[in-house]
Amino acid sequence: MLLEAGEFRADRWRHLGDDEALADGETVTVSHARWLRERAALIGRNAALGLRLPNDVSPVTLGEDIHRFALIVLNFPRFTDGRAYSQARLLRGRLGYRGSLRAAGNVLRDQLLFMRRCGFDAFEVGERAVAENWLAAFDEVDVFFQPAEDQLPWVLRQRRAVA
Amino acid sequence: MYRYDAYDQRFLEERVAQYRDQVRRRLAGQLSEEEFKPLRLMNGLYLQLHAYMLRVAIPYGTLAPEQMRMLAHVARRYDRGWGHFTTRTNCQFNWIKLEETPDILADLATVQLHAIQTSGNSFRNTTADPWAGAAADEIEDPRPYCEIIRQWSTLHPEFSFLPRKFKIAVSAAKAADRAAVKVHDIGLYIVRNEAGEVGFEVLVGGGLGRTPVIGATLRDFLPKRHLLSYLEAILRVYNQHGRRDNLYKSRIKILVQHLGIARMREAVEAEWAAMDNAALALSDETIADFARHFAPPDLPPAAEADAAFEAVLAGNKQFARWVEHNTARHKVPGHAIVTLSLKPYGRPPGDCTAEQMDLVADLADEYSQGEIRLTHEQNIVLPHVRRSDLWALWHRLEPAGLGTSNIGLVTDIIACPGLDYCSLATARSIPIAERLSRHLAAREDEIGELKIKISGCINACGHHHVGHIGILGVDKNGEEFYQITLGGSADQDAALGAIIGPAVSSAEVTNAIDQLIEVYLSQRAAGERFNDTYRRIGAAPFKAALYAARPAREPAYAA
Repeated sequence: MLLEAGEFRADRWRHLGDDEALADGETVTVSHARWLRERAALIGRNAALGLRLPNDVSPVTLGEDIHRFALIVLNFPRFTDGRAYSQARLLRGRLGYRGSLRAAGNVLRDQLLFMRRCGFDAFEVGERAVAENWLAAFDEVDVFFQPAEDQLPWVLRQRRAVA
Repeated sequence: MYRYDAYDQRFLEERVAQYRDQVRRRLAGQLSEEEFKPLRLMNGLYLQLHAYMLRVAIPYGTLAPEQMRMLAHVARRYDRGWGHFTTRTNCQFNWIKLEETPDILADLATVQLHAIQTSGNSFRNTTADPWAGAAADEIEDPRPYCEIIRQWSTLHPEFSFLPRKFKIAVSAAKAADRAAVKVHDIGLYIVRNEAGEVGFEVLVGGGLGRTPVIGATLRDFLPKRHLLSYLEAILRVYNQHGRRDNLYKSRIKILVQHLGIARMREAVEAEWAAMDNAALALSDETIADFARHFAPPDLPPAAEADAAFEAVLAGNKQFARWVEHNTARHKVPGHAIVTLSLKPYGRPPGDCTAEQMDLVADLADEYSQGEIRLTHEQNIVLPHVRRSDLWALWHRLEPAGLGTSNIGLVTDIIACPGLDYCSLATARSIPIAERLSRHLAAREDEIGELKIKISGCINACGHHHVGHIGILGVDKNGEEFYQITLGGSADQDAALGAIIGPAVSSAEVTNAIDQLIEVYLSQRAAGERFNDTYRRIGAAPFKAALYAARPAREPAYAA
């Protein structure tokens, strides 16, 4: 299940294995390895394309290609593994990626706000997210001490603006 | 001192409410212990051997009297009447109930205290020179920068799940480092460049633990305005490239060792050049806003001593000893920086009762402009005391057990909680500290400056690597043994101690330390401290004295 745009919804993307055939017009995500291998063919398709970027590949290596993706999926192998936070910030802040940025893997309620601040706008969550109303997690704290990819005001600048 | 504004207070109250809900969900079974663990750790709550332990942050070791009184309240109401001040200048309460922790945090929040990020793999409490704002040798007060760092590092969305914990220290007195800057993940010295501008020398990759390393200079001079962007660049490199496969190889020091300082510098500078560092730039006005919170108190200069003070000193040897060891020169003549020892002879280092906390708060109000500091050596500092008040102050300290005259001496021991409390420990630390303290008290003046530091396991919370004499507890087939290192230092001459030889048994520690001290006393040249002698004559004479009378194989004296 997907938490996106303030609601729970079904995932309309198919996450293609490296050996699975590509169907025409289908919106799919591919692995980074497949992207590197089949880049020309994938660009030639007439359908939205998504990329699953591993934690050990810097988004910077994708260069201008990032704008070809409608979706980039970053992984949290364990919720304690925070590499994807930096990848997300690089995608949004450094590279100007404007497509959807999705958190997958061990996505838990109490990390959602951190993720959104770093630029994620979609979250793969389990069924419990509905019962436990994970949407409330975004509103628990609204005072921030750093600038981030959500472009929300942060305290150091708010203070000077008031002064 | 820094005083919260509406933003800070709102944040803290939101955070307490958030944590209260997390505890509710844990108690209701919605969160597994595995899922709850990082949440409680972000709020400084550990599960120890016997109970939960709450570690309250004391940002850069600075406390106001009402904050100290609140710690006393927590000790009385929620614990067993005392707290423990740590080497990270935090305050630990060892007998805490999980269901009471939201109330404790709510109480603390009323005086602008919290336990945020005193654990977990993120930024820990930033530490500073405990003499900040009072010492004559600092270029600028480091506390405004510590507060700027504290705020920026609070719930940082990108860096709350780093490979491992992350510690920053700031000092403005490089020639007399009182903040152990060189053994931090990032160490910052406030320095002046050739053009006369004030900025930071940035060190990276220092640390103790299993792999002790002295930090290396990453950048000679960083302009103040770029402090946060440069820190962010370092952390981004670390967050992406630090190891996550092995808990003991995850600190930034291992990354720096792996890359080498030159390549680390290249990576950080490249990240810094590529990032939008204007977003984090600190304007002069912003820095001034923070500095105003730390404006020096209005202390009228006075004579260092008058006839009356001299007469009292001459007439009371105990008082004179205390003045000699526990007071230091203040930048304003006629004032002193006073250290209250939390190392009474034969007692656990760093423990402080609720009554003592209340007294320290009162004394800070009466004698020290309402300011209290904690040191990484686990003592308390009153930074702004008139010399003419020392006599009256000392009389209040003595009956409360806070007047021990041993700062910097051999009984001013650092020790971690060890196996008496800690679930990581392999041996006890506190009883060793107590025994050594009791045994060495009578000779401490003769011995002079000698820093003993004791850790109960290789995680090195007792900083044994940087003790002049370091003692590390190890487990050998279920028995406590102690490995001794010599020649370490956490100060401006930072060095890692060298292991002298096979570990000694618990029963032999006191005797062994005695033998090492004998070598020093018999070999020292005039004016030499322990480390000076050790560095001059080397380890051999110490080794000979320690092991001559002992069989070479450890198991022989395990019997």
